[in-house]
Amino acid sequence: MAYSTYCLICGGTACESSKADEIYKRIQAGVSEKKLEDQVQVVKTGCFGFCEQGPIVKVLPDESFYVQVVPRDADEIVEEHLNKGRPIDRLQYKEKAAVVETTDQISFYQKQVRIVLRNCGFIDPENIEEYIARSGYEGLAKALFDLKPDGVIRELEKSGLRGRGGAGYPTARKWAFTKDTKATQKYIVCNADEGDPGAYMDRSILEGDPHSILEAMAIAGCTVGASKGYIYIRAEYPLAIKRLQHAIMEATERGLLGEDIFGSGFNFEIEIRLGAGAFVCGEETALLMSVEGRRGMPNQRPPYPAVKGLWGKPTVINNVETLANIPVIMTRGGDWFASIGSETSKGTKVFALTGKINNSGLIEVPMGITLRDIIFNIGGGIPKGKKFKAVQTGGPSGGMITADYLDSPIDYESLTALGSMMGSGGMIVMDEDDSMAGVANFYLGFTVEESCGKCVPCRVGGRQLKRLVQKFVDGEGTQEDLDKIAEIGHWMKSSSLCGLGNTAPNPVLSSIKHFSDEYIIKEAQ
Amino acid sequence: MPRMTLDELRKVRDKKQFEMGLRESGGSSTRLVVSMGTSGIAAGAKKTLAALVEALEEQNLTDIPVRQTGSMGLESMEPIVEVHKEGMPTVIYGRVDDAVAREIVQVHLKEGRLLDGHIVDRPAADIQGGQ
Repeated sequence: MAYSTYCLICGGTACESSKADEIYKRIQAGVSEKKLEDQVQVVKTGCFGFCEQGPIVKVLPDESFYVQVVPRDADEIVEEHLNKGRPIDRLQYKEKAAVVETTDQISFYQKQVRIVLRNCGFIDPENIEEYIARSGYEGLAKALFDLKPDGVIRELEKSGLRGRGGAGYPTARKWAFTKDTKATQKYIVCNADEGDPGAYMDRSILEGDPHSILEAMAIAGCTVGASKGYIYIRAEYPLAIKRLQHAIMEATERGLLGEDIFGSGFNFEIEIRLGAGAFVCGEETALLMSVEGRRGMPNQRPPYPAVKGLWGKPTVINNVETLANIPVIMTRGGDWFASIGSETSKGTKVFALTGKINNSGLIEVPMGITLRDIIFNIGGGIPKGKKFKAVQTGGPSGGMITADYLDSPIDYESLTALGSMMGSGGMIVMDEDDSMAGVANFYLGFTVEESCGKCVPCRVGGRQLKRLVQKFVDGEGTQEDLDKIAEIGHWMKSSSLCGLGNTAPNPVLSSIKHFSDEYIIKEAQ
Repeated sequence: MPRMTLDELRKVRDKKQFEMGLRESGGSSTRLVVSMGTSGIAAGAKKTLAALVEALEEQNLTDIPVRQTGSMGLESMEPIVEVHKEGMPTVIYGRVDDAVAREIVQVHLKEGRLLDGHIVDRPAADIQGGQ
C-alpha cells in the first residue's frame, strides 16, 4: 500500500486554536466521502512556528503551501486539489502574504543552503568511509595533484571566501602571505575556541563532520608548505574532542594524514590542544601563546601570524567554519562558490538562532538574506505573539539590530554599517519584554570578566563602563554618565590591544543609539 | 592498515555511496537517521536510538538501518529522527521520545503512513545531490 498524495495540517497549539482541528476533520471527511482514502493520507504535523500565517496546510509531493486556511476552504482543497489535482492559487503563501516572497517554501530547512553543514546531520561522523562517500579527501587530492599551491590560491581568490570567525579577512590573501614567506617550518592552526554566549556553530561542525576540518587543514598545509597542524579547541566540548580524536586516528590509519599522503611526498600531521576556558584565547595571538603552553594573552600586531606566528614561524590560523568551506571549494571550484551570496560576501553563513524565537537552532543561509527571512521564515517568528524588538549579532563584540532594519541584507559590510558585526554568528532574538540596557550590561559583565588585564583601556575602561551602565539599569543614570559612556567607549575602541577590548563597548553603544529612550536620565534633585 | 592510494579512495567512495543508498533516486532507500550532537544527546537521543532499534527488532524489520549523525540543527525540536522510506516523502520527526520512536516504526515503516502530530519538516536540499 502506498499513498500518492499526503495532506499535512499544522497541529501546533496556535493553529489548533485557529481551527486547525476542524480543518483536519473536514479534509479527513472529504477524503473519505470522495473515496480517496487509498490515495491520500491526511496527517497532522508538529508546529512549524510560522503561527501568524496559520493554520497551514501542505500538500505533498506537489509542494503546495496553503496559509490562513479557514474551515470552509477544506472542501475546496479536497475537491480541487486532492480530487482533481489542481493546486489552489488563492491559498498559496505567495499570493496571500503581504510580504512579497520569491521562494515557494517557508520552513526551517527549505530556505537553507547547506555548504558548511553539508554533512552535518547526514553522515556518521565516526565513520570515515561515510565522509569519503561524500567525496571526502577528493579536495585534498585535487589540491595535491591538479591545482598545486598556486592553483589552490587562485580557486580561493575566485571563491571570495572570507574568514568566518568575525573579521571577514579574505582567506586567499591570508594563505598567500604564509605561502610566500620563506621558513624552515610553517604551521596550520584551527581556531575552535568558540566562546561567544549562545554560539555553537563550530561545535556542531566538529561533532557532525570532523573530517572536513582535517581535510581542509591538510589542503592549507600543502598550499603554504606546512607539515604540522594544531586544533585549538575548548575543553568544554568533550563530544567534539572525542570525535576529532577518532577522526584523526581513522585518517592516520589510512594514510590520509601522516607521511607521503597519496604517495605525493606531502607529509601532514594534526594534534589537538585543549583550551582552559579563557574567552581571550579566541584572539589569534593569545591563542598561539596558549598552544605554545604559555599564558594566553594577546600581542601587538603586526607582525601578523601569517608571517610570524606559532614559535615565531609563519602560521595560517583559520576558524572552523572557514575551513569547513575549503574542501568543497576545491572539488566544485571557486566560481561555483562565488555564485552564492552577495556582492562582497560570498557563500553562506551559519548562525546560531537563540533567544525569543520559535525554531531555535543552527541554520545556514546564503549571504545577503534578510533578517526578516531568518527570523520570521526560518525561525518561525517570536513565541506567544510578542513583538520583535531587536536581534543581537556578533555576541559580546556585536550590536543590536532593530525592527527598522529587518529588510537589510546580511553580509559583512551591511552588519558593520548597522553598528554590529558578523562575529562568529550568534544571533540572539529579543522581544518587547527585554530591557536593552540589561542586555548591554550582561555582555559588559562578560567582557569585563574575560579581559586578560594586559592593556589599560580594556582592563580599566571595561570596568568603568560596566559601573556606568549598571547605574542606568538601576534607574540612577545621569546625562553626565551617558556622556562618559560615549567617551570611554571611544577610547576603548581606539586604543585596546586586541579585539576583545576594541569591540567590548559595541553592545552598549549600539543599544544607546537604537534605544535611547531606555536610558532614562534621572532628574537632578 | 596500509596507506591508501587515490584509486583505493575512489573505490571506497563508490562502494560506500552504494551502501548508503546515495546512488538511488534522491537517496530514498529505507533508513532511519538520528541526530546525535551534544544537544540531541542532552535531549535524550540515545534513548530514542535504543527504542528505535528495539522496535525494529520486535517488528522483524532488522534489515532497516538506523544511522547516527551529527546535529541536524533544529535544536528546539530534539530528539530528531529523519525517516527515509521508498515511495514516501522523506520527513523529519521532532521531539521523538521512546513512545514516539515506537510509533514511527509501527505507523511509518510498518503500515506505510505518516505519523500524526510529530512531523516538523523535511530535509534541506543536498548540495551534493547533483554530483
